[in-house]
Formats: sequence, C-alpha cells, structure tokens
Amino acid sequence: MPPEPDTSSSLPTLLLLLPLLSALVILLAHRMLKGACVMISILSAAICFLISLMLLGTKDAAPMLLPFIEVGKFRIAIDALIDQQSRGMMFIVTSIGLFVHLFSVGYMKDDEAKERFFGALSLFMFSMTGIVLSGNLVMMFIFWELVGLSSYLLIGHWFEKPSAAEASKKAFLTNRIGDFGFMIGILMLFMANHGDISFTGLHDSFAQGTMHDTAKMHPTFMMIAALGIFMGAMGKSAQFPLHVWLPDAMEGPTPVSALIHAATMVAAGVFMLVRCAFVIEASPDAATTIAWIGGITALMAALIATQQNDIKRVLAYSTLSQLGYMVMAVGLVAMQASGHHDAAAPGHPAMFHLYTHAFFKAMLFLGSGAVIYACHHEQDIWKMGGLAKHMPVTFATFAIGTASLMGVPYLTSGFWSKEAILGVAFEVEGGSPLFWIGVATALLTAFYMTRMFVIAFLGKPRTEHAHHATEAPIVMLLPLVLLAVLTVISPWDWAANMLEALKPHHAETHSTVLIASILALLIGSGAGFLLYKGKDSDPLASKGLAKVFANKFYFDEIYAVLVKVLQDGVAWVVTGLERIFVDGIFARLPAFAAKRLGSAARVLTGGHLQGYTFLLGAGLLLVIYLAVFVLPQMGH
Amino acid sequence: MSPLEIVILLPLLSALAVWLGAPARATSVGTAVLNLLIVLGLVWQFKSASAGKAGFAYESARVVLDNPAIAFAVGADGVSLILALLTALVTFAAVWQISPEKPGIYHIASQLIAGGAFGAFLCTDVFFLYAFHELALIPTLLMIANYGHGDDEHRKAVAWKTTVYLGAGSLVLLAGLAWVVLEFSGGEKLTFDLTALKAQAAATPLPAAQQATMAFVLLLGFGTLVSLFPLHSWAAPAYASAPTPVAMLHSGVLKKFGLYGLLRIALPLLPQGFQAEWVQQALLYMLLGNILIMGFVTIHQKRLDDVLANSSVMHMGYIFLGLAAGTEIALRGAVLLMFAHGISIALLFALAGRLRSQLGTLELSKLGGLGSHAPVFTVLFAFGTFASIGLPGLANFAGEVMVFIGCFTTWGVTNFGPLQWTVAFALWGVVMSAVYMLRAYRGIFHGTAAAGHFMKDPAFSQRVPLILLAAVLLIAGCCPWLLLGLMKTDLATVAEAASTAVQGAAKAAAGTAH
Repeated sequence: MPPEPDTSSSLPTLLLLLPLLSALVILLAHRMLKGACVMISILSAAICFLISLMLLGTKDAAPMLLPFIEVGKFRIAIDALIDQQSRGMMFIVTSIGLFVHLFSVGYMKDDEAKERFFGALSLFMFSMTGIVLSGNLVMMFIFWELVGLSSYLLIGHWFEKPSAAEASKKAFLTNRIGDFGFMIGILMLFMANHGDISFTGLHDSFAQGTMHDTAKMHPTFMMIAALGIFMGAMGKSAQFPLHVWLPDAMEGPTPVSALIHAATMVAAGVFMLVRCAFVIEASPDAATTIAWIGGITALMAALIATQQNDIKRVLAYSTLSQLGYMVMAVGLVAMQASGHHDAAAPGHPAMFHLYTHAFFKAMLFLGSGAVIYACHHEQDIWKMGGLAKHMPVTFATFAIGTASLMGVPYLTSGFWSKEAILGVAFEVEGGSPLFWIGVATALLTAFYMTRMFVIAFLGKPRTEHAHHATEAPIVMLLPLVLLAVLTVISPWDWAANMLEALKPHHAETHSTVLIASILALLIGSGAGFLLYKGKDSDPLASKGLAKVFANKFYFDEIYAVLVKVLQDGVAWVVTGLERIFVDGIFARLPAFAAKRLGSAARVLTGGHLQGYTFLLGAGLLLVIYLAVFVLPQMGH
Repeated sequence: MSPLEIVILLPLLSALAVWLGAPARATSVGTAVLNLLIVLGLVWQFKSASAGKAGFAYESARVVLDNPAIAFAVGADGVSLILALLTALVTFAAVWQISPEKPGIYHIASQLIAGGAFGAFLCTDVFFLYAFHELALIPTLLMIANYGHGDDEHRKAVAWKTTVYLGAGSLVLLAGLAWVVLEFSGGEKLTFDLTALKAQAAATPLPAAQQATMAFVLLLGFGTLVSLFPLHSWAAPAYASAPTPVAMLHSGVLKKFGLYGLLRIALPLLPQGFQAEWVQQALLYMLLGNILIMGFVTIHQKRLDDVLANSSVMHMGYIFLGLAAGTEIALRGAVLLMFAHGISIALLFALAGRLRSQLGTLELSKLGGLGSHAPVFTVLFAFGTFASIGLPGLANFAGEVMVFIGCFTTWGVTNFGPLQWTVAFALWGVVMSAVYMLRAYRGIFHGTAAAGHFMKDPAFSQRVPLILLAAVLLIAGCCPWLLLGLMKTDLATVAEAASTAVQGAAKAAAGTAH
C-alpha cells in the first residue's frame, strides 16, 4: 500500500528549504556577512541533522511540499516520500554533512573564498536532501541535476587552476550524458504508466500490471526504460564507462571529496536504483546488464587503485570500486527477485553497503584531508611515511576505516555489508562469475589499502614535511572521531534496526562465501604488507600490467580521441557542410540573383542604407495595396 | 481606450520624443519602466479577472476600413500577456544598459522595436499583427547596417543578408496570410479579424490536403523569421554583429513573433493541416536540424558572440518541438520556453556586450580568469549559462521538460512514434548545449589569463537590469506555475483541435485499411 497522503509536511519542507535559504543568504550578502557565512551554513546543517533525527520517529507519509507544474489534471510537484529508505538515507546525508561542515572550518580556514565554499556546501545539502525526499522521478531529476551543479561548483572551487577547471567541466558533462538516458527512461515510464511518475504510483502499476499496453507487450520497451534510468545512475555513481569524472573530481577540496564524491552524492545513483528496483526487476536483461556493469566497475577500479600514488586518487578508485559493488548488488537482487515484486521491501544489501561505506569512506577521506593538511598540501604517499607517530588520532581513525573497507571479519561494518552482497551473488542463478569478481575485488581492496597504509603511515618519514607533520586541530579531529564511532557501531543491530531500511533482510552465511572472503583478505593484505614494507618506491612500478593500471587502462586518452573525433571533428565537418550547402543555396543564390538584377540592387548593397528600409517598406506598402485593392476583388 | 493600446503606443511615442529632441536616456528608460509596470499590472489583474473565461481580455477595436474589414483591434490572453511581459522586461534591460555616450538613435531604435513587438503580440487583427512586426524589423536591420560590430563591409553584408532572408520570409508569410484571409473570411466581405477567421475555420473546415499546404506555407514564412533550419543562416551573423540592445531585443523578443504567429494563426485555424503527416515529418526534420546540426555548429564556434548567436538558433528547435507535439502540456511548455529563452539570451547578450566594450574581444582563447576579478559579473553570467543549458530551478528547464513530457502524452500512441524519436535526439542536444556553454564559461571565467585583470564588475546602477533578468529566470524556474496559470483556457482549445485532427486522420486511415 502506498503511504497515505499526509498534511504534516512542515518538517520535510523545513529540511529542504533551510539549506537553500542559507545558500541564498550567502550568495546575496556574503560581502556583509564575511566569516558569519560559515556559521550560517553550519547552523543550517546542524538543524537539518536534528530534523532528520526527528523524522526517524515519524510515520510513512507522502506530503506535497511545493507546487511546480500544473496543467489541467496533470501535475508535477515537489512531493516528498517519507519511508524507511528516505529516513535512513537522510540520516546518512545530514550526519556526514554536518561533520564535513565542521571539518571544513579547520581545513578551509585560510581559503580566500570560503564564503563561496560554504555557500556551495549549503546548495549541495539542499539538492541532496531533495534527492532523498523525492516522491517522483521528475523531482528526483531536478535535484539530480542540482547536485550536479553544486558538485561542479565545488570541484571547481580553485578554478584558477586549469586542472580544477577542466575537472569540474568533465564532471558536469559526463553526468549530462548519464542524465540524457535518465530523462529518456523517465519519459518512457511516464508514457507506460499513463502520466503517473510517482514512486508509489509506479510501484503499484508494476505490481498490478496496469501499465500501458505497449509496456506489457514489448519486453524491449521495459529494458530500454530500465537501462535509461540506469544510465542516470551510471553518471552519478560513476559506473563504467562513465566513471572517468570521479577520480578527476578529487581536484576539489578534500572535505568535498568526503561528502560528495565518496559518501552521499555518488551513492545517490544506488539510492535511486533501489527506489526504482521494481522497474529493473521487470526486465531480467536489464538486471543482468546492471549487475555486470557493477562487477566490471568494481574490479577495474580496484586494479587501477593498486598503482595510484596520490592518496586521494587511491581512495577515489576505491570509491568507484565500492560503488560498483553496490550497483552489482542492485542487479543481483533484481535478478533474484525477477518475477515477484517484493524487493522494494526494506533491507536491500546495496543500501546496507551504501550505509556502512558512507561512514568509513567519509572518515578515510577526512583522514586523508588531515594528512594533506599536516603535510602542507602534499598528496603523494611516497612523500609521506611514518605519520603514525606524529598523528596518532588520525592514524587510529584511518586504521579503523582501512579495516572496515578491507572487511576484517566480524569486527567491522564493511565485512557485514560485503558478505551480504557476496551472499546474494553466491545464491543467484548465474551469479557465480560475479561472485568470483566480488572476491577478487575484495582481495585487491585488501592489497591496495594495505599498500597505502604501510607507505603513508608506517616506516620512516621520507620528506621534511612528513617529518614535521603535526596532528590536526580539534575541529578537524572531532568529526574524524565521531565518524569512527559511527563506523564501529553502524553494523550493530540496534543501530541498523533504527535505520531499518538499511539492514539486509537476509544474512544467511554460506561457508564458501565466508572462507573465500577471509582468504581474500589474508592474501591481499599479506601481499601488500610484504611487498611494500620498508620500501621507498614502488617495486611494481611500470612493469607490464602495472603500467596499464597506473595509466587507468588509458581511458582518458581513449576518450580524448573520441571527443576529438566524434565531437570536434564532426562539429568541424557539419559546420563546413552547413556553410557550403545551407548558406550557399539559401543565401548566395538570392544575393547572386540580386546582383544580377542590376543597378537597383547595387544601390542597396553599395551602402545607400535607405535601400534596406526600402525593401521592407515596399513589403508593407504591398500589404496595404493587397489588402485594400486586390483582396476585395478576389473575394468575389 | 484599452490599456493595451497604451502599452503599444508608449514606446512609439517615446521614440518620437527622442527624435524630436527629448533627453534620450531619461525618456527611454522612463517609458520602459512605466510600460513594465503597466504590463505587470495587467498580468496581475488578468489572473483574477479572467478566471475560467475564454477569449481575450482588455479588448478594443477601432475600425480602420470597412471592406475589407481591418481594425486596430487589441486583446490579450495568457499567451500574449506572457510575451508582452517578456517584451517589457527585455526592453527595460536593453535600454537601461545602453551607455550614456551612445547616440539617441540607439534608444529610438530600441523603442521602435519594442513598440512593434508589443503591437505584434497584442493585436488581434491579422493585418496589424503583420504590420507591427515589419515595423520592428526595419530599425533592427538599419541598426545592424549602421552601428553593428565589425568593419563596414562586413556589417553591410550581414545586414543585407538578413534583409533578404527576412524580406523573403515576410513575403512568403504575407502570401500565406492572404490565403488564410481569403479562405476563412466567410460572408460578404473579407475580414482580418482573428476571432472571426477562427470561427469560420471551425464552422467550415477546409479539406485536409489544402490545410496541409496552407500550414506549410505559413510554417515556411513564420519559420524563416524564427530561423527554422534550413532557413536560419541569417540569424547567427545578424546577432553576432548587431549592437547589444538590438541583439537583445531581436533574439529575445522579436524572434518569438514567428512562433507566436504559428501558435496564434496556423495551429488554431489549420489544425488538420498542421497535424498532417507530411507537414509533421517536415517540421520534425527541420527542428532536428536546428537542434543537432546547429548544436554541432555551435560547438565549433570560437567566439562568445558566435556561440550565443548559434545557440539561440539551436534552442528554437525545442520550441518548435512543443508546437509539433500540439498537446496542451507541450504548448504551454513551448510558451514558457519562449519566455525563458528570451530572458536568458537577452541577459547573455547584455553581458557579452559589456565584455566586448571592456576587453575589446570575445575570442574565447584570449579570455580567461574573469572569475576572480569580476565576481558579480561571473555570477550573472552563470545564471544565463545554466539557464540556457536547462538547469532545473531556472526557467528554461521547466519549459523544456514540459515540451518533452508533452510529446509523450500523444493521443492513443501505442509505440515509439516519430515524435518520441525526435525527443530522444533532441535530448542529446541538451548534452551539446552543456558542452559549448561550459566550454565558453571555462574559457572566460576560469584559469588565470591576463585578460581578467582588465575586467571590472558592473557598477551598482548598471547591475539593476541584469539582476532583474537573472531574478526572473530564478522565479520563473522555481515557480513556473505562476506563468502557466495565466494560460488556463487559451491553449486547451488549440490542443483539442489538434487532438481531434489526429484522431480523425487515424480513423480515416483505419477506414481505408479495412
């Protein structure tokens, strides 16, 4: 049953509009407010967090927040859908959002444009809460694009740097390609469901089979619709082959990478897919495609991560890889549930992994931010080393994060959520290749995280900066510690129960799964430790395959050629053809004819400006003449 | 006297006053402000007065000729009021930003264009509707020829080309309108009264084949004025070389006349013609030409004015798409998009004009780093940029999404038809507009090129019109229902006629099949 419409929309409306208000105030009055902008932004984030806590205790509801488009009976509004999924996701977004705001106070202390930074953060909070609250697909698309804008602004925060400027543009455009498919998917569902694109309405139609005949008769139609929707997620959650923007997005300030490009916005794709799970289930082909795209992304990104030297890039590829895991889970669950429509029920393994990953990955990024801050904006792990001694708190939280990401059995949150996904892969018919891809990814994850941890935190400092590194200030440590606490408690029953939607609905353990993942962890981290302990440079560097990994499978180079040929090249050709044909035929001919007409025309082109008016004036006279003298006679 | 007559005459009188020697800037800006207030008042009053009523408000008619019946007749419904509001806003911004050193002719021309546009949108007599548009074209062309950018020869050539195109388009349009008047005048004498023509068209519809031919002639005539592919090649050079206020007024306002004419005359009078399969096919191909071919052409441009001018041609495709769909959602979306495009392109041309006058170049490769030196200018430009690439929250998105959705509510369609395929291609155009606009934005504002140092933020008084346009984009983008609510009844009948036409054709096709 869809949740009953509820008139008590005040909490969600406030939650949505408060960060917008903060962003607008900062935009309009930042010259007057100066440092107060920071406080305004933090205050709005804190209130949002409180509201999301209050929402945890409310009943399911689907209130309309604001009107948008109304034409006769047709209506698209800013509708909220408050259910277990959105309440849980809202908790993740607002809690990490608040911590990142706090951390930024320290990290961006000396930035000249921190007003702009905090304004954009508020704009992001507004757009992200909009995605989470969305009750229909058009509203989701609206906020989908708006997070894209805030991401663009924040990646390009240091826009004087050409690399940051290029990265922000790349992120926006890659997401636009995804949104192209997303919009087609939305329009197809709109058509199939007689104009109702609310999640509850769509869900009911899919359950009861009351869609348009076309949709029912043509499986291809449903497949294209599902893959269109998925394309939106491919852009936002950076899935192969649209993954290239996310590593570059690390050009943004590190707190932004933690909030937007690790924990929340990039996970929005997964959130949206789980919201539309019933659409994917309706097309087994789409489900399989999605699972494979996720699996390929997970494995490919993990391979690349093993050869990255920039601390943020390693984490970025790790995020890609984990997002691939989540997307794979979406596909697998849909393959499993194909035919019977109940997987929109609470407790999707993808959502569970999203939830555990959000906390530990945000913490890892903030930890890397603390390291970068301490080492005077040095990001190369080979220029760090021995940081454990100088930065004990950062070290400890980073260790917790690393253990969670590698999935240390029973103790860490990452273990439970990863097991849930591997478990589904193991059970699903035809899932076994994906299961082994998952295990291989887990092994690689253990390897690259150990590598980074050993190089950056253990051993001896390799540079002066690393030698003189000091622990970050309290305003940056507090969020780290709080996130560490959340990371530890997140898999505990009472925490996951409170956010019910995020607990996997079945946690049956298979011994094969358990043994495989423990072996993967041991082999991966063991190899990483032995290979990199006490080393000052990478022993694998530029050897065979390692070179391919270090160069990210040459995707950027390939895409650069594609853009050059398919976009700039075609643009060049098309422009040439347009000039020759359209301009030639439709413009040269009249001009040519006019020249032939003799002196009258030469007067016109020659510069007697009255000539131009003459032509139109003549037109006007002609109208009057026709109207007054000619038409009356023709009429009779 | 109808208030609409005042709205039309005020700009013309102020142009006259400036010509006779009144202080140019004060007269012109004063008139623009006054007119904006009047139009806002009319919009405000219209909402409460017209609730549920069909037809025109603020009507008045002065008979000019008895036979054929020509009258200076004015009247407004939601569509014409929205376009009048657009005219008033853009005129205000255009005359405000004319720098005081410029000669009075800038103000005279701007006010003449504004008066012509008001007349074209508010007259309900086909004769005056046409004549007012011609009136607005003349100063446009003269300003390009006399005061345009580029060397003497270049701007004369551009002005000449534009004149040939628009003159030819106007003649085709004239033929089409004459045909309409001849066919639909009904009784004893010819009439140019739109309402009478409409009544006759509804009472005794013409055969579908003839309607189709007539609709196509009107499409070519009006289409040339809106730079419908492949009749577009006047537009980009004209906008790139036009003086800033003229570029703002023509691309923002006057160009919409062709679309308005189709919506006002061709669609309601010739519903079967406009929905005829071959006319639809032709229109869909042509508008895809606007979107895809012009999209690529725009990507290829290297100067900001060329990018803006070509993008303006490209974006017309989306409005044509709304007209082609013919459903109520799509039609209202198309009107909203006309408004949104007009505001956003006027804002962008105004800013490009500032850039040119301060830095002396619009070459993207020579610009850069403005973001750190002129933050207010940057934010305003960002509004224009993101509006024109259809970012939600700004007006253009609301119009575009309604057009797209409107294409997917086509009556009784059981599969992916040509219209839906067109939408799929048109959506790729949305990606292309992001490519060229963000490329331009990146080139101008990001990085640290030396050019940025010479750019200054506009002084506070110069910001007024720019901020107004940006604010309108935001308000109309967040609350599109404000504007949509004005069009309660007018487009429903047009959409209904189109729907009946399609169903009739489908039935006829089914009849021959069996």
